[in-house]
Amino acid sequence: MTDQSELRYTSEHEWVLVEGTVATIGITAYAAAQLGDIVYLDLPAAGTQIAGGSVVGEIESTKSVGELFAPVDGTVVEKNAAVEDAPELVNSDPLGAGWLLKVEFTELPELLSLAEYNALIGE
Amino acid sequence: MLLPPLAGTACDETGELMTESTDSPPRYSPLHAVHVAAGATFTDFAGWQMPVRYSSDLAEHHAVRTAVGLFDLSHMAEFEVSGPEAAAFLDHALAGLLSAIELGQAKYSLLLAPEGGIIDDLVVYRTGDSDFLVVANASNHDPVAAALTERIGGFDAVLRDVSDETALIAVQGPVSRSVLEATAGFDAPGLDELRYYRAIEGTFRGERVLVARTGYTGEDGFELYVHPDLAEAVWAAVAKAGADHGIVPAGLASRDTLRLEAGMPLYGHELSLETFPVQAGLGRVPAMAKAAFVGRAAVEQGPAADAPALVGLVADGRRAARADYPIYADDTATEPIGIVTSGALSPTLGHPIAMAYVTPAFAEPGTELSVDIRGTRLAFRTTTLPFYRRKKD
Repeated sequence: MTDQSELRYTSEHEWVLVEGTVATIGITAYAAAQLGDIVYLDLPAAGTQIAGGSVVGEIESTKSVGELFAPVDGTVVEKNAAVEDAPELVNSDPLGAGWLLKVEFTELPELLSLAEYNALIGE
Repeated sequence: MLLPPLAGTACDETGELMTESTDSPPRYSPLHAVHVAAGATFTDFAGWQMPVRYSSDLAEHHAVRTAVGLFDLSHMAEFEVSGPEAAAFLDHALAGLLSAIELGQAKYSLLLAPEGGIIDDLVVYRTGDSDFLVVANASNHDPVAAALTERIGGFDAVLRDVSDETALIAVQGPVSRSVLEATAGFDAPGLDELRYYRAIEGTFRGERVLVARTGYTGEDGFELYVHPDLAEAVWAAVAKAGADHGIVPAGLASRDTLRLEAGMPLYGHELSLETFPVQAGLGRVPAMAKAAFVGRAAVEQGPAADAPALVGLVADGRRAARADYPIYADDTATEPIGIVTSGALSPTLGHPIAMAYVTPAFAEPGTELSVDIRGTRLAFRTTTLPFYRRKKD
């Protein structure tokens, strides 16, 4: 399990782990809980150019569809094939095995701290 | 990610019907504190704060299919009809022949507008020689109350809205009978022989309980109508008795996927004021043998020949077609020939299922169609309902 305080967050309920020039992206436990059981993910393939703020994927639960926003500009270097096969990983371990994308980013935008994100979701 | 509003859940999809209640303070079930303690996620359903799920809607769904689930349906609307002409009144007001049901029998029926559209679908129980209980959707409480009040004029019968003095707990799943039989304080003589769509009087700690073998899940199960003051104790006793059987509290999200698999219509999705019964596959509900009932002339005339018909849709893969997605004859067609009314990845079957209205020319089972899923066309084919049928023992 990743240490939550080491992560950065977006107001769209994503977390970002920055290591060098690569950002690992997932959705927060709060978002996963709100969605309910996740049953399908549509993620961009490696090599896809993504623009921060644009919709790059979809996360479907039994009852609803959430859109995945790119938190950074960059190029997808890897998508998590394991969560496409087993979407429940996003519910069971959203900050760990349930990660979604690794992106080689060009510039890191301003992101939220854990305290700021928790304030956003009212915790 | 952009979270869908929780309004994206089953429950809120009926939110479109609840415009009059949006300014009112939320209403709470007599079991609300129990749900909060159990960690439920809530949603607005017809002005009520009801549990969507407790932990996992998939786990709750599977529990009902394989063991037993416990639902709070206290938001539903209940009306008592009593008097010498109670049966005659219901025969006039509703589409079915309610005078023909026996004491202890339940019947699915429709409340039609004079123009033939559906005001609500409901279940009617005969609780006495001249006593009936009418159970309606929470979202249609007001229109049902208004229509029944208007139609009772001239009949020697009394209509009483008992929604606020009725809590409803459903125990659904293949082992539901064993759980009720093991529930401390609960006594219902004849439970072991109670048939589907029948009800008996039982007691819980000496207080009256109407025990019905009905449900909205496609599984064997029971619905317990109790006084709200009794609801918490009944819930706790059933939960305790079910612990050894794997009982879980189940929310409205699982209730929606369960009824969808069972091919059961949901008002606001498959049924509306613009829908004739025959379009929804409910052509046998109106009792045309009756001399007169509200909506009879319109039903007899029927909808236009090209009026859309309800079908089931199935697909391979895992992407669900959801309510309001347009349907096309093929991947390149630009004019929709239908619309999805409910859809999900079926938890039991593992593939997408949906209910939809399509132009009659495309309703034949096995017809290949194309659904626009947020900009991507995916192949679906029509099928008969239900998608899932329990094995009868």
